[in-house]
Amino acid sequence: MADPILSVQSLNTHFFADEGTIRAVDGVSFDLYAGRTLGIVGESGCGKSVTARSILRIVERPGRIVSGSIILRRSNNTIVDLTTLPTDGAQMRAIRGGEIGLVFQEPMSSLSAFHTIGNQLQEAVLLHDPIGKKAARTKAIDLLAMVGIPRPSQRVDSYSFELSGGLRQRVMIAMALAAEPHILIADEPTTALDVTTQAQILDLIRRIQQERNLAVMLITHDMGVIAETADDVVVMYLGKEVERGPVDSTFHAPKHPYTRALLRSIPSVLAEPRARLATITGSIPHPFARPAGCPFNPRCPERMAVCETTVPLQYDVGHNQATACHLYAA
Amino acid sequence: MSVTTAENRVAVATQRQLIWWRFKKHKLALISGIIVILFYVTSIFADTIAYTEPFDTQAARSYIPPQPIHWFDANGHFHPTVSALKGKRDPRTFKLSYAPDASEPRDVTLFAHGYEYNLFGLIPTDIHLLGVTDGKPQDALFLLGTDQLGRDVFSRLMVATRTSLSIGLIGVIMSLVLGVLIGGLSGLYGGWVDVVIQRIIEILRSIPTIPLWLGLAAAVPNSWSPQQVYFAITLIISLIGWTELARVVRGRFLALREEDFITAAVLCGASQMRIIFKHMVPSFLSHIIAAVSLALPAMIISETTLSFLGLGLRPPAISWGVLLQDAQNLQTLALAPWLLVVAIPVIVVILAFNFLGDGLRDAADPYG
Amino acid sequence: MTRILDVRALRKHFPIRRGLLSRIAGHVRAVDDVSFTIESGETLSLVGESGCGKTTTSRCILRAIKPTSGEIRFRTESGTEIDLAPLEARQLRPLRRQMQMIFQDPFSSLNPRMTIAEIIGEPLLVNGVIDSTARTRRVEELLELVQLPSAYLNRYPHAFSGGQRQRIGIARALALNPSLVVADEPVSALDVSVQAQIVNLMLDLQDRLGIAFLFVAHDLSVVKHVSHRVAVMYAGRIVEIAPTRALFETPRHPYTEALLSAVPVPDPRRRSQRIVLEGDVADPSDLPQGCHFHPRCRYATEACKTETPPLTEITPGHSVRCIRATELTLTGVPAQ
Repeated sequence: MADPILSVQSLNTHFFADEGTIRAVDGVSFDLYAGRTLGIVGESGCGKSVTARSILRIVERPGRIVSGSIILRRSNNTIVDLTTLPTDGAQMRAIRGGEIGLVFQEPMSSLSAFHTIGNQLQEAVLLHDPIGKKAARTKAIDLLAMVGIPRPSQRVDSYSFELSGGLRQRVMIAMALAAEPHILIADEPTTALDVTTQAQILDLIRRIQQERNLAVMLITHDMGVIAETADDVVVMYLGKEVERGPVDSTFHAPKHPYTRALLRSIPSVLAEPRARLATITGSIPHPFARPAGCPFNPRCPERMAVCETTVPLQYDVGHNQATACHLYAA
Repeated sequence: MSVTTAENRVAVATQRQLIWWRFKKHKLALISGIIVILFYVTSIFADTIAYTEPFDTQAARSYIPPQPIHWFDANGHFHPTVSALKGKRDPRTFKLSYAPDASEPRDVTLFAHGYEYNLFGLIPTDIHLLGVTDGKPQDALFLLGTDQLGRDVFSRLMVATRTSLSIGLIGVIMSLVLGVLIGGLSGLYGGWVDVVIQRIIEILRSIPTIPLWLGLAAAVPNSWSPQQVYFAITLIISLIGWTELARVVRGRFLALREEDFITAAVLCGASQMRIIFKHMVPSFLSHIIAAVSLALPAMIISETTLSFLGLGLRPPAISWGVLLQDAQNLQTLALAPWLLVVAIPVIVVILAFNFLGDGLRDAADPYG
Repeated sequence: MTRILDVRALRKHFPIRRGLLSRIAGHVRAVDDVSFTIESGETLSLVGESGCGKTTTSRCILRAIKPTSGEIRFRTESGTEIDLAPLEARQLRPLRRQMQMIFQDPFSSLNPRMTIAEIIGEPLLVNGVIDSTARTRRVEELLELVQLPSAYLNRYPHAFSGGQRQRIGIARALALNPSLVVADEPVSALDVSVQAQIVNLMLDLQDRLGIAFLFVAHDLSVVKHVSHRVAVMYAGRIVEIAPTRALFETPRHPYTEALLSAVPVPDPRRRSQRIVLEGDVADPSDLPQGCHFHPRCRYATEACKTETPPLTEITPGHSVRCIRATELTLTGVPAQ
């Protein structure tokens, strides 16, 4: 495989609140490759959104990146570590949108209600490529057509509230791609949408990825979406990466007890009618009450003595799979 | 404290406790709250803290500058004294004027005797916080000087504080009753009731306030006693002030009606009364308190402004506005700049109420 | 099996008011001729996407809102069947205890200023259980039913997670032993692992107490795990209603087929060709003529643009609203 376009290494992002420190991202590493989709999956509090925000250096106070590196290979082939750049500097601003595009979960709050979508797209284009308003408008119409919005030359003058949820999300994707980045990060892009609209949006992302050879990082809590769209998966729990690997091995030969339990507990249209679901005992701990040792150990059916005291490292288990579990420490 | 005990404390904390904890974090609001409480304590004990009869005029004592207390005597011991007044007749104009004479110190004591008054309006007494060991306080104590008619500014300021703060409070209570009632009806029933009430509120609010006050205040007959004028002014101010509270209450009712827990109460068969008083009122109580603490300074400013312009309370009634009237022209200010000291408590209390109100509002509804 | 609910031709239209004098410019036909039945102890799921009218339907049934027309025949404990649709608030109150609701949002469904004991005890208090010891005993019973420790009685909602709050909401709904519970998307706001716990809890409670559920949802995967029968709604109408297995394995309406194929399956080896529907979900204030679904339907013919298909039973227990139902063979999702 070619070199990764983005490489996150031992990223640590912590939130320093009055009541204590929350280790939102606690030593996470993964790579993004052009033309491949990496899915980051986990439940609430696992740190997947904070990871995306760390990459783009938009983590809100009181959080900040504590250690680790985010190595980006830019379009001019220079290498830069994003953690070393000032968050508000010219380089970081050029990278946001220009090299890495971000699609958020809530299209309603991410689009301005006071500007037409054409205006917003133009702004996104001009920020990275000052080609003049007219050329930018043409490009905006092209972008709308690319994301499958019908009658783009008319829609370009609509306001966001005149569009349905699905159309708004398409506009968000157009904005994220306006400056032709090589990486697209989508943070729960379809969670707020109906299932048929979700299918359309995932289809759109896949098509654009193929056309532009984008590296896509898809963040979601929905294992079904991961199975449908991702090539590689990272499973997160309480800020830690518990399992990493190709999507097929992760779903059909999961290694980490959490991944196994999670897969067994998700409802599926393939199940028997009224089948009971396997549950994971206990619940996700409060961020201030992190268990010692492996964060999953209080709920783990295969817990050993060492799990309560020592944090497991990432162990290679072959076939490009790795997992942070003492069961595989050999 | 371990996380679990902290969690437990938070878990059984009532909403009121949570609000208090959030409020405590706002240092500025906390200090402002203390200041407001101090002001109201002062107004309860106004007569005790004053030392000279506020209406006692004495032309010869006119425009005496503020006389500070000398805390230490010549030997450095703690021995508070003030200089007594010495009368002197100007040889050319034969005008008798008094000036402080440093050679005649009078001892200052606490809890001395002074003029008679009714503590809390009930208990007759003559004990005041400050006084002099011999002689009369009106001849010796002039902590903030005197005005043109020889009346002690400090004592008048204490009484004025009481009047101004109580007008504010009474005015706000009246606005509150009107606002909650009308706003509640508007929000709860909606429909044409809401439409009519809202249009009335809009009409009232679109009338420019100062001309409205001027008109209403000018309509108060000259022949009315100060108490009647006091009541009329309070009424006038609260008749406009209720609209803001009504809007806040209506907004909360409208928002609450859609909440799932209200639907749940309806679905289990709760009566309308129960829903209003058990579910809705506690929900917006904290907002009301915050709105009230922001409405109070508006009331105080209204009264001060009206009285300052000569259209509200008039002498011999005493309020901040009336006192500030004395400082209206440049000549007076050149002669007796200490008369402006009345502006300080006005500014302080308005600021304090504003910070307090902000703090309360943030604590009551951190997401609103 | 006794029929506990019989809904006939339910309609709820919201007027659209325009202009200074609030003239009526049209109607949002949120619920437009909906009929179905629920047997006691059974779960019927009402499935559909946003704007299909499932939430409005559920609120009409519980008379949280008043329907425009139609019948809601409810079988009371005494065995009589009463039509709830035309009743006034006063007449409804004694009946309310027999049908309750579980809400979607665990954060707004509990009054933050009341303790758990007060929240769960409120239905009891309002319905005559004045003795506080009796109430406390019943509240403890209910907490046990939903597997929450009774030590939590005096805590406030903010102390609990989303999943725990849903359990509290369920305990409240069960307080008066209702025969029908409407569950409005009870698990969509919860984490996946918590969803599993709540789904299992609901299945257990149904087995133990024999409650009938009307389960409103948009997530077909969850629906598969909880339902005996499923009704699919689109633009205010039921387009298909069938027993669960039949609906999933042999759907007879094109919309059901598209819906099933759009659900992401947690198996990367099953990335089969999906049917991706064009266009947006129908706007209930501006519905197409004829079949509401025809603009997006890949099997639509000329006739579909003008004829309004009725809900017809094609096999016992399986009804479809499609004029081509008998001639089409559609792809379902067989169980594994």
